[in-house]
Amino acid sequence: MDIERQRSAPVYEALERFRKQRVVPFDVPGHKRGRGNPELVKLLGEQCVSLDVNSMKPLDNLCHPVSVIYEAEQLAADAFGAAHAYFMVGGTTSAVQSMILTACKAGDKIILPRNVHRSVINALVLCGAIPVYVNPDVDNHIGIALGMETSLVEKAMIDNPDAVAVLINNPTYYGICSDIRSIVTLAHKHNMLVLADEAHGTHLYFHEKLPVSAMEAGADMAAVSMHKSGGSLTQSSLLLLNDTVNTRYVEQIINLTQTTSASYLLLSSLDISRRNLALRGHESFEKVSSMAEYARSEINSIGGYYAYGKDIVNGGSIFDYDVTKLSVYTRDMGLTGIEVYDLLRDEYDIQIEFGDIGNILAYISIGDRIQDIERLVGALEDIKRLYSHEPSRQHNAEYITPIVAATPQKAFYSDKELVPIRETAGRICGEFVMCYPPGIPILAPGEQITEEIIDYILYAKEKGCSMQGPEDPDISKLNVLK
Amino acid sequence: MDFWFSEMHTGNVKMSIRVDKQLFSETSDFQRIDVFDSPEFGRFLTSDGSVIFSEQDEFTYDEMIVHVPMAVHPNVRNVLVIGGGDGGVARELSHYEEIEHIDVVEPDELFVKVCREFFPDNSKGLDDPRVSVINRDGLRFLRGKQDEYDLIINDSTDPFGHTAGLFTKEFYGSCYKALRSDGIMVYQHGSPFFDEDEEACRAMHRKASKSFPISRVYQAHIPTCPSGYWLFGFASKKYHPLHDLDAKRWNARGLKTWYYTTNLHTGAFMLPKYVEDLLEEEERAEKKL
Repeated sequence: MDIERQRSAPVYEALERFRKQRVVPFDVPGHKRGRGNPELVKLLGEQCVSLDVNSMKPLDNLCHPVSVIYEAEQLAADAFGAAHAYFMVGGTTSAVQSMILTACKAGDKIILPRNVHRSVINALVLCGAIPVYVNPDVDNHIGIALGMETSLVEKAMIDNPDAVAVLINNPTYYGICSDIRSIVTLAHKHNMLVLADEAHGTHLYFHEKLPVSAMEAGADMAAVSMHKSGGSLTQSSLLLLNDTVNTRYVEQIINLTQTTSASYLLLSSLDISRRNLALRGHESFEKVSSMAEYARSEINSIGGYYAYGKDIVNGGSIFDYDVTKLSVYTRDMGLTGIEVYDLLRDEYDIQIEFGDIGNILAYISIGDRIQDIERLVGALEDIKRLYSHEPSRQHNAEYITPIVAATPQKAFYSDKELVPIRETAGRICGEFVMCYPPGIPILAPGEQITEEIIDYILYAKEKGCSMQGPEDPDISKLNVLK
Repeated sequence: MDFWFSEMHTGNVKMSIRVDKQLFSETSDFQRIDVFDSPEFGRFLTSDGSVIFSEQDEFTYDEMIVHVPMAVHPNVRNVLVIGGGDGGVARELSHYEEIEHIDVVEPDELFVKVCREFFPDNSKGLDDPRVSVINRDGLRFLRGKQDEYDLIINDSTDPFGHTAGLFTKEFYGSCYKALRSDGIMVYQHGSPFFDEDEEACRAMHRKASKSFPISRVYQAHIPTCPSGYWLFGFASKKYHPLHDLDAKRWNARGLKTWYYTTNLHTGAFMLPKYVEDLLEEEERAEKKL
């Protein structure tokens, strides 16, 4: 990485130059630097609305970057150790879908773990690829789905020599990493591309003590959520490529679904955040890691909570652990994660990232201060004092092995009927069911419904998880294939 | 020279104090601290641009936050002061001989240092041999403490700045746990007058009355506070601030005060109608839950 070059921010600088030129706008957006919408200016501020401008020659165009956006993307590629980088304005969802649509055509097979984000399976619905699931290992104590055992990935490759790609979470929402280096070596031996979902991995690129990043491991493509640990605005993201992928084809794929009116608020936030990460990322993530470690040790000393860290690494399905994550297992206190999540928000004014059946995840980032960590720990201690009770062991597992009966695309477009959920066992599901967050499907289109899955869905709903996916918002009925 | 310090009490109300000179300005990990000399309020200290105390009116809250609980609790031995790095609260506490130990937990070392330099009259309270000054986050200090204190005084004033953690349910819960079975906690309750302060004031009462069986509010007039009107919270496991007031015992001590009297003690709990109403609203909301 060329540090001197990283000090510049081409998109941001072009916007500054443009502002000083005081160009009279007879183009979109129609609010004309906010003058046509004073209430919006009051809410967002003059500075913010004046940056909301159209693509034009001095500011480049995201659909076909040739000047400042192109330079900014090159700087991003350099900062992340990639051959190419694309600024994405449709969330990491758009980066994930671009990877899959690049790698797979209709009928192609792709090897992936089942605990993927919904955007992955959505991409399969779009392109008609066939998922080959590698069952992630499940930790029986904390109940969460882990990474993929390398040997199981290799078996899937041998069993499916016609597969075109492997997709890896690096890391999972909970911070768990598979052995991505070994998987890359195997995949390339079998002529398969490696796609990494790094929605939770931006920071891996900026600290050597964190798990290895996808680009460093030699993966072919990576979708990186700059807006999570990278500090850019929500909905902005990066797609990274190694030199093994045809950039012209990737650009065509991106432009299939990308807006032609990309927001300069998002683009400039990507540019500035990349600069910040390149110049100060190492120092920031050192601090984030030490705050998370401090929080872990304090939470573990309360008793009753289990804040896991590097101690769960097992060399296989947990090849490495991202220590900036603060995941806490809560069931030993008789409380589900979602109950603790709700108590923290309703009683203590603390909003954490998510709670599932057994765990909570607090997101620690470059914006946190140690006194906020003290509040979180203090609140968890108070929750233990006031709300803990005898643990019940019902429904510990967050992961149920799916039975794929049809491809996601076929199931999605088949004729379906709405059936009361209790009567759906044995039928093939036509839609997604998931708790959001974390947004990992419990059921995906094309999967067979079982009693175990129905019990899990109803239990999660009763415990207050926000359920998404089905047409029926109550989830009292599900769409199944006729 | 026309040299003024101004503090916005709301977006539309500004309090200004003519300044003679600025004596100090530095930013710690927690706050920016400034010290000024002024003709009207004498020397005063500000944190992030808000007046924390002035020589002219600090006696009011130091007396009100110490003597009120001390005149009620019959046997205070162990006291915890959260914040209070200036030493004013410790100074008032040091007049009571039965107190055996006082922990003053102030996270900001710079704050203590500045007060020692510019407000020696306050900080001499920290020199009492019974006082330990601990530079640690208040919530962190309280963690794991159980059944140790007879009195906890939360001397922090700002529910939004770096002391925000001391106005939370987890803080009140931690204090409850750290207090003995007849313990009392008093705390700065803010000012209820301006709209934007009202919600913070309500929230404090809501949280305290949820954590403690007895939770009352009392008042004082402090000119440098927003609207000049300030409230304190009295949260207690056993003693009632009025029914258990032992005026005779307290007056027999012969302590010299400028603000507090046992008559004022009773009067301070008699609140204006609008304050009574908003507190009762929070109590009712609490019962419904």
